[in-house]
Amino acid sequence: MAGTFHFDAEDRSNAFITRVESATFGDGRLAGIPLAVKDNISTRGMQTTCGSRILEGYIPPYDAHVVELLREEGAAIVGKTNLDEFGMGTTTENSGFGPTTNPHDPARVPGGSSGGSAAAVAAGMVPMALGTDTGGSIRCPAAFCGIVGLKPTYGRVSRYGLIAYSNSLEQIGPMGRSVADVGTLMEVICRHDARDSTSYDRGYAHAPSGEIRGMTIGIPAEYFGEGVDPAVAECVRDAIATLESAGAIVEECSIPSMEYALAAYYVTCTSEASSNLARFDGVRYGPGVGTKRSWHDEFQEFRGEHFGREVQRRVMLGTFALSAGYYGKYYAKAQVAKENVRRDFLRVLKSVDVIAGPTMPTIAFRFGEKSDPLSMYLSDVLTVPANLAGVPAISVPCGRVEGMPVGLQIIGQHFADEVVVDVAFAFEQEGPA
Amino acid sequence: MISEREVESIAKLADIRIQKEELGEFTVQFNAILEYFDVLDRVEAAGEGRADLVNVFREDEVRPSLPVEDVLANAGSTEETFIKGPRVM
Repeated sequence: MAGTFHFDAEDRSNAFITRVESATFGDGRLAGIPLAVKDNISTRGMQTTCGSRILEGYIPPYDAHVVELLREEGAAIVGKTNLDEFGMGTTTENSGFGPTTNPHDPARVPGGSSGGSAAAVAAGMVPMALGTDTGGSIRCPAAFCGIVGLKPTYGRVSRYGLIAYSNSLEQIGPMGRSVADVGTLMEVICRHDARDSTSYDRGYAHAPSGEIRGMTIGIPAEYFGEGVDPAVAECVRDAIATLESAGAIVEECSIPSMEYALAAYYVTCTSEASSNLARFDGVRYGPGVGTKRSWHDEFQEFRGEHFGREVQRRVMLGTFALSAGYYGKYYAKAQVAKENVRRDFLRVLKSVDVIAGPTMPTIAFRFGEKSDPLSMYLSDVLTVPANLAGVPAISVPCGRVEGMPVGLQIIGQHFADEVVVDVAFAFEQEGPA
Repeated sequence: MISEREVESIAKLADIRIQKEELGEFTVQFNAILEYFDVLDRVEAAGEGRADLVNVFREDEVRPSLPVEDVLANAGSTEETFIKGPRVM
């Protein structure tokens, strides 16, 4: 039955940028279920900021494909969630609308960049939310907030209406309290869409199965190497032992291209960002730019004032990486590295069904703990490979260290989103809450 | 190593005004990040490039677009059915 959802849950974590107090909904599989949408996904008639002051007040005239699908299934969209500006960050500290806090400990970050969606789910404000994952932005906050988050195979969910940051890497994906909820949301948003030229016609209709007997799980040495907190590694090894006792076969494996995957990721995403974010000049949307002075004077001042520091840093790094004389050293090499990472995953996933390891090398950071950009970037080392390879990856809660949630990451073959969901579901049935 | 002057010129290319007093910090950060990117110098192609990708095009035909008033609603400065931008010269 269609109706109106009154959204009055208290937002103690600053999870939302925009709230809809009375959200109308229709009939369908998600009828009356309150759903939150990350604020870089276009919602018709509802402010969409990307967490940036440069888009404050922007009201999209159209819905993203995934939002159309949510509405068709009757969901009550109760608001737009906070994020690192344009998705650029690992903590949701870089938002133009203030940081989101972790519902498990307000002194810690919720992870990012889909930190608002993760916090809204973890705090019980909504059962499910949409996030986006360019280099771990669904899986990282899912791990830090103790919820489930899936980055689908590249191409499986349409990016139409997602405000682009790094097109070749990013995917929209479901986040939820349970694997079953994530599977339900995936069934709704996974549809072919001709408006995204990278969209595959491969729908998702799958009830999760906990049967993993005989399935092989590869454990890459690189996922337990330097920089991974030993307590987190132990927690994840215990989780893998749980899968083994449920009948899975565990094998060691190696992904040598991990050595340069992170560098390839940051060169690629900053380069694409420098191009994608050129459109934010205050002329067509957001706070208006002045029209009196010359174009470069007005744009430079506007972008200097309205972009946050991390966005400026990445746009400038990308501008440099694409500039004459440096293209071959950075961008071209990064694309070769990206292909090597894809080949590594294809090779390993020929002999095992899935790969497992920690989602993040540590538990959620304290606010301000990572003060220089490079050390922040290094914390993405375990999540970016799946984006470079285009393969599906899920994070499922697998225990706690110092009272904070730890995520088990399961990575599968291209279009084997169903398999990673099954392994996560099996763990959820067997493992610690 | 890149210098403060180079960072200033990159900022200009990117149409971002950064304050003089911020240049030093940006330069230190860029040098640390670019030094980390040097690992890419060791990358060798593991095989041929991909041959399995195809372009997805559609016919160049007129299709319905968004109503002009909806699109203009977000612009800071408009005149009739046009958007006004800064001076070109």
